[in-house]
Amino acid sequence: MWTWFHKLASPPHFYRLSAKMIPWFAVPGIALVVYGSYAGLFLAPADYQQGDAFRIIYVHVPAAYLSMMTYMVMAISAGIGLIWRIKLSHAVAAAAAPLGAWFTFLALMTGSIWGRPMWGTWWEWGDPRLTSQLLMLFIYFGYMALRTAIDDPLKADRASAVLAMVGAVNIPIIHFSVEWWSSLHQGATLVREGGPAMPVEMLYPLLANIVGFTFLFGALVLGRVRTEVLFRERRKRWVRNLLLPDGDLE
Amino acid sequence: MTTASGNHPGIWSGLVAVIRRDVLLAWKRPGDVLNPLFFFAMISTLFPLAIGPSAEQLQFSGPGVVWVAALLAALLSLNSLFLSDHEDGSLDQLILSPQPLPLLALAKALAHWLTTGLPLVLVSPLMAITFQMPAGTISIMMLTLVFGTVSLSLLGSIGAALTVGLHRGSALLSLVILPLAMPILIFGARTVSLAAADDAVAAGIYFLAAYCMLALTLAPFATAAALRISNE
Repeated sequence: MWTWFHKLASPPHFYRLSAKMIPWFAVPGIALVVYGSYAGLFLAPADYQQGDAFRIIYVHVPAAYLSMMTYMVMAISAGIGLIWRIKLSHAVAAAAAPLGAWFTFLALMTGSIWGRPMWGTWWEWGDPRLTSQLLMLFIYFGYMALRTAIDDPLKADRASAVLAMVGAVNIPIIHFSVEWWSSLHQGATLVREGGPAMPVEMLYPLLANIVGFTFLFGALVLGRVRTEVLFRERRKRWVRNLLLPDGDLE
Repeated sequence: MTTASGNHPGIWSGLVAVIRRDVLLAWKRPGDVLNPLFFFAMISTLFPLAIGPSAEQLQFSGPGVVWVAALLAALLSLNSLFLSDHEDGSLDQLILSPQPLPLLALAKALAHWLTTGLPLVLVSPLMAITFQMPAGTISIMMLTLVFGTVSLSLLGSIGAALTVGLHRGSALLSLVILPLAMPILIFGARTVSLAAADDAVAAGIYFLAAYCMLALTLAPFATAAALRISNE
């Protein structure tokens, strides 16, 4: 049962397989994001309260969701790498971190731009989600800083994996404590009892963008892991054979 | 405490020995204990000078300032938690010893608290008085600081273990630990503010106590894992 797992974790096999997998993520991802963005920006009706300003959710919500998702992917693969000593899953964690930081930054920026017409300020400290996203961004920065500070790549993998798991325990606590701080943000509209509080013409493009962003994230992670694997295995024979098929090494 | 059976030392003897050694070391070099305290006092002095002397403003910002100062003072001293042990090789001995490493990591964190957290809690009333804090609030503030500084010592020991032996480890330690320490700061400072406003404080204190218990339970294992990795 575990042979497929070990096979997948072997870098050359992963490198070959991932080349075939990327289109399966990229094509549906691009299609969904194109549909979702077009339908969201042009077809969906304007909100009766927020006017056209609400349309920023088509970027804001998927980015905010992926900032959390990416951390989960990162922490779980770092944990797998730490426990079973699988180098490939450390490479996944390393590849996911900058993407997660970028999604977090995107969510913060769009949230701040959205806040300008809605609350009248670019930044509202009283809003718990904005504040916890900011802390999330700092956690990503800390993780990446620790990784780059350690020269030995094996040590960097394992030390940052410990940090990722400590962060995974802390993030729910951080969210809760920032939440306790009182809220200005509008309540949850997507996940709540009795279905989403949003007409379907607005909802479907949003869902399409969420799923589409996730697929694109998958394609990006795979691409980044491929380069990461090539870099880490640069002294191995299979990488040489791949890059220099004629074998004319110095 | 478990009694030693035969020639084998009990499971707690390593913990006790490490705490005793670290406290003794701090006793012999009082500068290590006093520096964070001076730092704490100095940050608390900076704020009135920056904000202005009005009693109302000081009262309003007091809890936050005392807590931020405590957080920074704890971080300052955490950097050296494993440093001298790493340099003179006793960290290797701790890792190699048959005593369970998580217990030894717990001992290091507790010794850190005894030599920095506890003195900080004890001098904090002085800062509180200069910030015109009402007398009833001071005891609440000390209670939140007790739970908060224990949690900080434990959480910080993970960061110190991860960054031990790295160049520019101190900036990195702050970068890694500060975002994770935010719940402690939020609940600590908010609870003191609530107490100053004669509001209910039980929720905040319960949270800090719960966080402290969670840290006591989990942090030593993370610290031990981190020590093994950075000392490979």
